[in-house]
Amino acid sequence: MSWILRVPAVVSKELLIEWRERSRVSSLLFYSFALLLMVAFAMPDVRMLGDIAGGALWLGLLLASTRSLDQSFRVELENDSLEGMVLWPVDPLAIFYGKALANAFVLILVASVITPLLGVLYHPSWHGQPWALAAVIVLGCAGIAGPGTLVASLTAQARGSSALLPVLLFPLVVPVVMASARTTILLFQGDPMGQVDNWLVLLLIFNVVHWSLDGLLFARVVEEAG
Amino acid sequence: MTVVPANAGLSVRGLARRFGPRWVLQRVSLEVPAGGALMLVGPNGSGKTTLLRCLATALKPHDGVATFEGRDLWTERLEMRDSIALLSHATALYDDLSARENMVVWARMGGMTADVDALLARVGLPDTGPRPARAFSAGMRRRLALARALLKSPRLVLFDEPFTALDPVGRDMLGSVLRDIRATGATLVLSTHHPEIAGAYCDTAARLEDGKIVWRGVPADAPVVMGET
Repeated sequence: MSWILRVPAVVSKELLIEWRERSRVSSLLFYSFALLLMVAFAMPDVRMLGDIAGGALWLGLLLASTRSLDQSFRVELENDSLEGMVLWPVDPLAIFYGKALANAFVLILVASVITPLLGVLYHPSWHGQPWALAAVIVLGCAGIAGPGTLVASLTAQARGSSALLPVLLFPLVVPVVMASARTTILLFQGDPMGQVDNWLVLLLIFNVVHWSLDGLLFARVVEEAG
Repeated sequence: MTVVPANAGLSVRGLARRFGPRWVLQRVSLEVPAGGALMLVGPNGSGKTTLLRCLATALKPHDGVATFEGRDLWTERLEMRDSIALLSHATALYDDLSARENMVVWARMGGMTADVDALLARVGLPDTGPRPARAFSAGMRRRLALARALLKSPRLVLFDEPFTALDPVGRDMLGSVLRDIRATGATLVLSTHHPEIAGAYCDTAARLEDGKIVWRGVPADAPVVMGET
């Protein structure tokens, strides 16, 4: 289990590179915000905006994640750094969990900025607890970042990776996007049946399964690349 | 229990590797005693880089076996990689980070405690400050990649055309580094198009052509074989 000790080093490396290239995170924020704006403008009746706020938030985060995940591996391929890490050797599990945690952090950061903007643009009502919204954002972003990191590692070396990534990722994360959107809508509109906890448990199970399996599959992907 | 000879260095027997239908390495066999140094020469596309990448465990051979200190390089790759340093054309640098940041992140990821400032000074990059690696010249990038390779304390050192892109001062520095590496008792394999320079740091030489070893001898004879003198 000594690979766990290397995970913080990989996370700090990922975040340092993100900090050096802050324009990447800025572009994600702009992209998500532009999407929220377009959906808002496309709605024929502004009174319906509050009803679709939860769905719009997760649609924006899902689309932004494809850009973020693709970039995360493009950096590794510029000078074959991914192979360099495998040969260093950094355990593939440490690489996966380091990158997945950093990708989740970036998505959570984007969600933390655009959620208040969503409140301004869509005027959703609010009936939930702040901790529940924080939990759905963390679990939802982690649920996209975990499988997303695996899929990005598969598509990174393919021609047209930015087009291939969403094709493979979206079917994989349908449950997490549906659960996250549904939970967010319940928090906005009220939860008379007390379903929020069940949706959060579903998100938690999705994360446990994917973060466990994807790490093992990632090790196979990087080892078999040779 | 397998008895490993005291001088067991690098042993390659019948190593073969193909890309698609083309065999880039065709049953290559060679021996380098522990602490020895082999210079590989040959034209572009002869298989030098592929051989070094197989020895570094970056590529899985399709046939044959390579052992180091009596241990199979591929089947025991997870343990062996700690002992192997590869300096290749791919620098494995992060272009957005400075020289020092690159060294620090690689040292942290490998759990190494080497003095990164001393290593940067060793390769002639002591004062590059916050400038990102993206802004470095090819020679500076090569020096930084060398410093990164030196973060390890390897017993098997694989250098792919290490003199490429270096100026005369850089070549002298690399020569000094190669002497230091050999003084530690590490086994060295380097490929080069400059046998007249690299030969000074090697004991034996071999020439690859079309994935086969077609000549073996001493480094001093290599330029004659290549028709370069």
